[in-house]
Amino acid sequence: MKLLIDLFFTFSRVGLLTFGGGYAMLPILQKEVGETKKWATEEEMIDYFAIGQTTPGIIAVNTATFIGQKQRGILGGIAATLGLVFPSYIIITIIAMFMRNFSDSVILQNAFAGIRVSVYVLILNAVLKLWKSSVVDKIGLLIFLLVFTLSIFTNWSPAVFVVIAGVIGVIVKWQERRQVK
Amino acid sequence: MIYLQLFYEFFKTGLFAVGGGLATLPFLYDMSDSTGWFTHEQLADMIAISESTPGAIGINMATYTGHLTAGYLGGLVATIGLVTPSIIIILIIARVLTKFRENQIVEATFYGLRPASTALIAAAGFSVVWLDLFDFSHLVNTNDWLGFINLKALVLAVILFFLMRHKLVKHLHPIFFIALSAIVGMIFQFAQ
Repeated sequence: MKLLIDLFFTFSRVGLLTFGGGYAMLPILQKEVGETKKWATEEEMIDYFAIGQTTPGIIAVNTATFIGQKQRGILGGIAATLGLVFPSYIIITIIAMFMRNFSDSVILQNAFAGIRVSVYVLILNAVLKLWKSSVVDKIGLLIFLLVFTLSIFTNWSPAVFVVIAGVIGVIVKWQERRQVK
Repeated sequence: MIYLQLFYEFFKTGLFAVGGGLATLPFLYDMSDSTGWFTHEQLADMIAISESTPGAIGINMATYTGHLTAGYLGGLVATIGLVTPSIIIILIIARVLTKFRENQIVEATFYGLRPASTALIAAAGFSVVWLDLFDFSHLVNTNDWLGFINLKALVLAVILFFLMRHKLVKHLHPIFFIALSAIVGMIFQFAQ
């Protein structure tokens, strides 16, 4: 029970501190879940993000369910997800009730324009951290560059890239093993 | 039965929107047309609000739409509807994955997946940064290279980048940098 409560509140903190959706969650997740709680390694987090991008649903929710499940089974997954969603629900409900002209406030607009800049830099740092454990050789670098370029210049769904990259991984490893034999 | 209908519509969105938050958008436009629960303008407001409040955009949109349509309970039902397919699908995948973690094919798949996943995150970051820091319509209209770059934001970004790598503050919680840049944004009027 203690772990379930811990999962709920850790992920509420992640939900509360994530400004701007799924990818912005990554630096917070690395801090709270990776460094503080040690619930997942860098590699596991990339894996969860990869699966989260390929499967239906919100990436943040998918990742939370994954980490919760790993700690405490099905109930853990549900506790983590509910925790993640909880602050959003409260905040948005309050906004929907009172602040009809929320996006007209100049002070808030300035603050959020500033926040966006730090979120970008945080994501950049998170990517640099991920880079070390994900791009481990030339083929990894090639996949990275290919997916990066294509996803900027096309509107293909992330799922397409993830599936293709997975297939490339299997082929490359299969070739390597054949050469060893 | 509005609650059941809300749950069903958002369950559908959660089940078919692959790729996170903004992937829910086309479904919401479709929902607006088919149910009349909210207008396209309200949806645009919702996006602006979601982008500047904590939490995943998809969740925020579900809560907001549900609330507009049927109050507190509506917001709750829509949000739960949205996350239910995720929970079910991921729980199944997680089970299978723990079983086959050592499997060579699974390992090989992840070997290819990891750089792709990192690239997708980098590209998503890059696209928004590009739009925010560089104003192309301005360049095309006036050929003014200085106005084309959002200088204030760029300077802050560079300072933050080096600040976050400095050993004195490196281990501070990300929210510290977020709060700092909110204050800088208000003082230097970043939105103008």
